[in-house]
Amino acid sequence: MNDFDSVPDWIAAGLLLVGAFLCLTAGLGVLRFPDVLARMHAGTKPQVMGVLLIMIGGAIRLTGWSATWMLLLVAAFQLITAPVNAHMVSRIAYRRRHVRRDLLVVDELVDAPRGAELRAGQEGMRGDQPADAPTGDETEPEVSEDEDVPGDDAGEQEAAADEPTRGPRG
Amino acid sequence: MTVFSVVVYSMLGVGSLLAAGRLALGPSLLDRVVATDTLLVIITAGLAVYAALERDPTIVPVLVVVSLLAFVGSVAVARYVGGMLMRSTDDDSEETGLGPAGAGQSPPRSGEASS
Repeated sequence: MNDFDSVPDWIAAGLLLVGAFLCLTAGLGVLRFPDVLARMHAGTKPQVMGVLLIMIGGAIRLTGWSATWMLLLVAAFQLITAPVNAHMVSRIAYRRRHVRRDLLVVDELVDAPRGAELRAGQEGMRGDQPADAPTGDETEPEVSEDEDVPGDDAGEQEAAADEPTRGPRG
Repeated sequence: MTVFSVVVYSMLGVGSLLAAGRLALGPSLLDRVVATDTLLVIITAGLAVYAALERDPTIVPVLVVVSLLAFVGSVAVARYVGGMLMRSTDDDSEETGLGPAGAGQSPPRSGEASS
């Protein structure tokens, strides 16, 4: 089935093994981590490093320049698109408040007023938050999420499901 | 070398199963976007591993297509959620499960409902 009989083949095998291990790590982190930003941190590891290692291993194993250039194209494309993708998803996650702010070490956008309200001359809302986000007690906005065990996914899902029903409506 | 291929394929398979688990029970749409992205990257890696182990270069154009689709899909869904941000109210945020993480604990500001 496979023919690993020379030194470049063994190097390629090692690269494939490390890349596959990074993919396993990414799946584990995506399942276990508590919020969107941490899951992105785990999920982007094979997106750059794992794919790069596996493409190098494949370029060693495959013969012929067309396959090599195409693998190089995939690797370069991953390097270009991963920051764009992470930027957009994390920006939306911050604005939709899917970030667990009690787990943040530094939150530089807490005191930043929003641009639209600066233009309107009003007092800005705190942070880079959507205009329709419920505001109120900013000091402790996510009380019930503190009680979650970070790996307890079912409890987190149930908490997210029953949160909007028991809150007051404006 | 069958041991090597079994080890590599099982790592990729377990990783993709874990990402699919997060895709199934992710509480919000953005968790599912991240899980889908991870799943497509693992699929790309699996195809590349197959191509490398079998010395089969016919799989390689599929890699380009899958990585392009992963990028376009997650950017499109992220833009879609960002567009919902401007128009969504509390009612349809309940329906889509896209409500803010602290929704329901604090009443919305009274001046903000006039959009």
